[in-house]
Amino acid sequence: MIDEKRLVTRMLRKQITILLSFILTVMLVLVGCAQANSDKKDETQGGGDTAGGATEIYFLNFKPEIAEVYNEIAKDYEAETGVKVKVVTAASGTYETTLRSEIAKANAPTIFQINGPIGYQTWKDYTRDLKDTELYRSLSDPGLAVTDGEGVFGIPYVVEGYGIIYNNEIMERYFALDNRAVQDISSMDEVNNFAKLKAVVEDMTAHLDELGIKGVFASTSLAAGEQWRWQTHLANMPMYYEFLEDNPEQSTVLTALAADEIDFRHSDHFKNIFDLYLNNSITRSTLLGSKSVADSMAEFALGQVAMVQNGNWAWSQINEVEGNVVKAEDIRFLPIYIGVEGEENQGLAIGTENYFAINKKVSEEKQQASIKFLEWLFSSDKGKDYVVNKLGFIAPFNTFNEDEQPTDPLAREIVNWLDKDVHSVEWTFAAFPSEEFKNQFGNALLEYAQGNFDWEQVTSTVKEAWASEKAK
Amino acid sequence: MQKQLRKYFAFFALPTLLAFAISFVVPFVLGIYLSFTTFTTVTNASWVGLGNYSRVFSDPDFLRALWFTVKFTIVSVITINVLAFLFALLLTRGIRGTNVFRTIFFMPNLIGGIVLGYIWQLILNGILFNFDATLTVKPVYGFWGLVILMNWQMIGYMMVIYIAGLQNVPKDLIEAASIDGASRLQTLLNVTMPLVMPSITICLFLTLSNSFKLFDQNLALTAGAPSKRTTMLALDIYNTFYGKSGWEGVGQAKAVIFFIIVALIVLVQLLITRRREVES
Repeated sequence: MIDEKRLVTRMLRKQITILLSFILTVMLVLVGCAQANSDKKDETQGGGDTAGGATEIYFLNFKPEIAEVYNEIAKDYEAETGVKVKVVTAASGTYETTLRSEIAKANAPTIFQINGPIGYQTWKDYTRDLKDTELYRSLSDPGLAVTDGEGVFGIPYVVEGYGIIYNNEIMERYFALDNRAVQDISSMDEVNNFAKLKAVVEDMTAHLDELGIKGVFASTSLAAGEQWRWQTHLANMPMYYEFLEDNPEQSTVLTALAADEIDFRHSDHFKNIFDLYLNNSITRSTLLGSKSVADSMAEFALGQVAMVQNGNWAWSQINEVEGNVVKAEDIRFLPIYIGVEGEENQGLAIGTENYFAINKKVSEEKQQASIKFLEWLFSSDKGKDYVVNKLGFIAPFNTFNEDEQPTDPLAREIVNWLDKDVHSVEWTFAAFPSEEFKNQFGNALLEYAQGNFDWEQVTSTVKEAWASEKAK
Repeated sequence: MQKQLRKYFAFFALPTLLAFAISFVVPFVLGIYLSFTTFTTVTNASWVGLGNYSRVFSDPDFLRALWFTVKFTIVSVITINVLAFLFALLLTRGIRGTNVFRTIFFMPNLIGGIVLGYIWQLILNGILFNFDATLTVKPVYGFWGLVILMNWQMIGYMMVIYIAGLQNVPKDLIEAASIDGASRLQTLLNVTMPLVMPSITICLFLTLSNSFKLFDQNLALTAGAPSKRTTMLALDIYNTFYGKSGWEGVGQAKAVIFFIIVALIVLVQLLITRRREVES
């Protein structure tokens, strides 16, 4: 009897020990969490008074190349106003994915980005009407904003441009050659249509060794996820002209949004320039499926090629390549000529696909605080300094005066081209039906480059993709 | 003791049960629900009934991905298991350095799929470079690239399982077979094979379900290029969900169909191979 009793007590004691240690562990964990939480609370409570309630806003950033700068801005802003800005950056090419999961969370982004009218269609349940904000009123051209009826739902915050970036040092070397075939053109300023561009480029290919380069154009990057320079930017050229012809009276974006089908009637012009890229490239066409944008920019930065198609955002990429030999003053822009009549008056493709939107599903205080943050960024001296010098944005707001423009060579080139007596090409691709359309376009281009498709198949793929993506 | 166990059962099972519910049951049920709705984010769904499912079967991408996945699964299940079994036979012979070889063959299994995908992309592109081609030139290259990659990754793991099975085959049975005058091949087919049937069951299960569900390696190696002709089912679901706005519900419906297919195939396979298992 006694033995049994002892056994029972011993067992009990053992169980109690286990239970106690379990409870202790749980408590430790809980205390740990609570500590972390209260830390956060202390931080935010300090600033709560100044911000009129909202203490933390959440900005989901689209541009990974300037993520660091946003963190600095957030720190500065918190020091100045006490409002904590949480900045999260989506990795390149994953913005939609990230936004989709982040916005469903309890602590959702208060500021996010849409890529234009098509993006607005996806996110219209979330975007707040910004018509009555100072931010909208200070837009230098209110027509740039994404609107729907009376409402304003996306505010553009950066104007960008793209074209063919060339290294003027190599071009001067070419124009100094005695034995060049193209004698009637003596500088890049005279190249103002496709025929001249083609003549120069093809003659350069004949003199590669004398020029010390390996190809005229950098690789036409066609790896998965690296095709946007062709299926979006280059594709913009024929589409722009097509929709301009359809209706010269209004923005091509609006015409394109209303189009259920396309003719792709400038398909041959697209082929002109695409063939020129492929045939005078540093890389053989069959190998392009493995090339990325970074590869192309590195080839340019290392002086192995003379030209690369990209936009002004590429400056940081060129600048950061190790062993970069291209001098800032030698970097120039040339419009993308595709052989359309009257293209002598064509400028760079200038527009934006970056629009800020405010999440209307978060609390009113947070929405107000978010708007305040954006207004601070684009109108206060400190904010503007960040925008111009660190972010490198050409900002479309009238709060910026003439000399408050970024100083990197490509941004300066854009400002130069805007001053010339030419018409800029709109970013019609804002109205391309979907990512899927662009991907099918890109896939067709890859197949063409590798010799699996003839051009007829590319054309029909593009037309079908437009129609089917519009139909759903 | 029994009584006490029963008393505290709920208390001790609760944490695991909670974790299981949060990370599996809830998402699973939510996923099935979402396949009948149209939505942008998971919190603002509206009911559309079976509409998504009819769109799945009119989507040529899905059927093409299904066919590609079936082809890939058949080829890789056969090659992986045959090769793994051969390696296992070889490494149960007691050759010098057996353990070193076993470790080396097993190691690829410890590397993540995305990393492997990129590494093999470099290797294969490096080889194809000599022929002026890359993995994306023809879908065939991507197909065999995936097969090679999967073999390299899975053979080691399957081999370890087969080795365990082979080591459990009683020596006296083999001896008895040889005394009865059975040739080596006959011994292998009629004595060893039936006895390692449990290993075959598990290996077939693992290779079948892993090949069918393959995603990381597919994404990293070819990402479906050229023109989605090397897209497998999981990648197609991912692309539908994230690449086409308005198709989120369809992607979800594809995922449910995908689940049913995988479950069916694996159940049938288990039934068939289980029946062939014998007691030693």
